[in-house]
Amino acid sequence: MMIKRPFFWMIVATVAVFAIAPLVGGIGVRESLFLAAIYMILALNLNFMIGYTGYVNFGSIVFFGLGGTLGIFAITVWGWPLWAALIGAGVVVAGLALLLGLGILRLRGAYFALATIGVVEATKAFVSNFDPFGGSTGMYISFSAYKPLGGAREALWVAYFLLVAVLGISLLLSFWIKRSRFGLGLFAIREDEDAAMVLGVKAPLFKAIIYSVSSVLPAIAGVLFFFKNGVIQPEQAFDLTLSIEAIVMLMLGGQGTVIGAALGGFAYEQFRGYLLTSSTFSSFHLVIAGALLLLIVLFAPGGLIGWAHERWAITRKVLE
Amino acid sequence: MSRLMDVQNVSKHFSGVKAVNDVSFYLDPGEILGLIGPNGAGKTTLFNLVSGVIPPDHGRVVMRGEDITGMAPYHVVDRGLARTHQIVKPLNDMTVLDNVTVGACFGSEKMGLKRAREKALSVIRMVGLEDRRNLLANQLTIAGKKRLEVARALAGNPQLLLLDEVLAGLNPTEVQGMINVIRTIREDSGIAILIIEHLMQAVMNLSDRVMVLNFGSTLATGTPEEVTRHPQVIEAYLGDPDMAEKLMRK
Repeated sequence: MMIKRPFFWMIVATVAVFAIAPLVGGIGVRESLFLAAIYMILALNLNFMIGYTGYVNFGSIVFFGLGGTLGIFAITVWGWPLWAALIGAGVVVAGLALLLGLGILRLRGAYFALATIGVVEATKAFVSNFDPFGGSTGMYISFSAYKPLGGAREALWVAYFLLVAVLGISLLLSFWIKRSRFGLGLFAIREDEDAAMVLGVKAPLFKAIIYSVSSVLPAIAGVLFFFKNGVIQPEQAFDLTLSIEAIVMLMLGGQGTVIGAALGGFAYEQFRGYLLTSSTFSSFHLVIAGALLLLIVLFAPGGLIGWAHERWAITRKVLE
Repeated sequence: MSRLMDVQNVSKHFSGVKAVNDVSFYLDPGEILGLIGPNGAGKTTLFNLVSGVIPPDHGRVVMRGEDITGMAPYHVVDRGLARTHQIVKPLNDMTVLDNVTVGACFGSEKMGLKRAREKALSVIRMVGLEDRRNLLANQLTIAGKKRLEVARALAGNPQLLLLDEVLAGLNPTEVQGMINVIRTIREDSGIAILIIEHLMQAVMNLSDRVMVLNFGSTLATGTPEEVTRHPQVIEAYLGDPDMAEKLMRK
């Protein structure tokens, strides 16, 4: 049923472009698209909470950081192969998120948002003081870890293509949940949680499940990011700034829509890359991101796609 | 015994105010029970106690032999209860069809998405919102939103429907339309209905029995004729000894 929809083929095309472009354009293109894919994955999975369920998660980065930490730990200390570390990190983070979600999702609105910031800071403090994870200096990946993949150069390509696969899964999952019975229940919670419960939606369970679902792919992306990076440090892994940037991406593209989240992530990476390399605006990008968020919230709360949906009926039909 | 719902001595206090005080009533399958009383009598609170929105301080709510006291609303829904809200709660940024599909998917009969859509369409037709099914819920008029409340509650195939002032704020034509909807529900599906309503003529015409609440307590229960002749009910609520005859004549 999904295959019949044009949007499914747009996802296929997007993934194909990500897979082919660096083969043509070289390593520079690959590096830019790698980061773009990370951003898109973060925004798409954050969309499950903010866009679909109406819960503002300020601390979505904790999944990325914790996944990275656990995955790199498994690779460097236990000598796990990359694929096992990816699955292991995804499963463990999803389990922890489910338990945590059952607890903190009793909070609503601003209280939930505050709690999510607490989760990031608490996890960062724990990892920074936990010696097996290397404490505050983190963990380094030795060269030998890349050997099974044919050496460091090849490993970077493997990490890239795996990340593109994670991006593809994020897009398909977003599309599928949006069109599913489960997604309908989430939207009902977003619109009016009390009404949804009276209509029979088991809100506490639904919220905990989606919180957990929204953690898996960022956790796997975290392993890939830090595997490619070669080093993981708590300051970088649990960076609250990136968490907030993910919200900017989502709001920019249009929360609640699949294409909006993806587009927002991609556009933000391009714009950030431009500002970082420009001599006038270097490390000025956060100021602009903040101003941008303010403008979006004030004048186009639906983001780019929400704005388009208001003007043209056709985009509502085709773009999910 | 095959009581559909048996409410035994429920009470609820809000910081010293006795909103509902020791109220008992029952409903048989297919029956319509009218619930009337002045503003602040505790009618909506009683609905909230029965539907699991707030737990009672004392007393029991039994549905088809099962104690459902203090259960979460979505568990009460599973047992076959559905309700509307006096202050409408549409899922604003979703279409009318999606609103009703939520009711069908998650109501007492958990339907799959495809069947739920079909069910939703048939209920939407029944309440007369067919031409507006693709509008967003917040674009509906108040009368439309009240119909939407009824449609959502009905879509899950409940056995007991709680209607909270679905006629309030409607003009005479809309009132007649809604009364016809309620009649159709009863004739087509045999669902039991507990209805809060201020419009006396409608309550008297629709209900098999009527219960009167005043200051959180039951003042009287009986057939519409009995209740309208009850001296205390006349004093507390109707205010006119000839009301019964006037209403019956209409």
